[in-house]
Amino acid sequence: MTKSELIEILAQKQSQLAYKDVELSVKMLIDQMAQALSTGERIEIRGFGSFSLHYRPPRVGRNPKTGEAVVLAGKYAPHFKPGKELRIRVNDGPENN
Amino acid sequence: MALTKADMAEKLFQEVGLNKREAKEIVEAFFEEIRLALENGQSVKLSGFGNFDLRKKNQRPGRNPKTGEEIPISSRRVVTFRAGQKLKAKVEIYAGSREQQ
Repeated sequence: MTKSELIEILAQKQSQLAYKDVELSVKMLIDQMAQALSTGERIEIRGFGSFSLHYRPPRVGRNPKTGEAVVLAGKYAPHFKPGKELRIRVNDGPENN
Repeated sequence: MALTKADMAEKLFQEVGLNKREAKEIVEAFFEEIRLALENGQSVKLSGFGNFDLRKKNQRPGRNPKTGEEIPISSRRVVTFRAGQKLKAKVEIYAGSREQQ
């Protein structure tokens, strides 16, 4: 399912809302989530999961072309931990066999 | 403070002009549709954010950490999240600003 398919489904089910409001809402939710993570803020959605940043320490990598060692700075990477309800539903889902 | 559904509904109320009930409903429905797709074996790709993929894990040996008793961990299906390029880039800017502090 893509973002545009998600917008279609929501617009069909939330028939009291104009399509453009659903579209704008979905885009805004995704932007707000990306914005939160990019300022180091966690996201916590009960029954869905939480998003946070995990620190990746600096390491020595190699330039694959020249074989030269390069020091790569430490960085933060987004991490998702599924919530209990999502974990259970995904594991018990109808397609899971 | 963590971002919550209440914060998200508040933003839709303020900026899209939905009423409070509509805003709350669409935030709830947004997460519910993602859960439904995943539950039905469909991965979810949100451009500008990332992909939720499904992985099948085989049964593996486990142990009860309290008693030390060996018990198999049954095979299961799990969700993994892979951040997209755009989100990774945004988050790295934060890492950069932290290093200067």
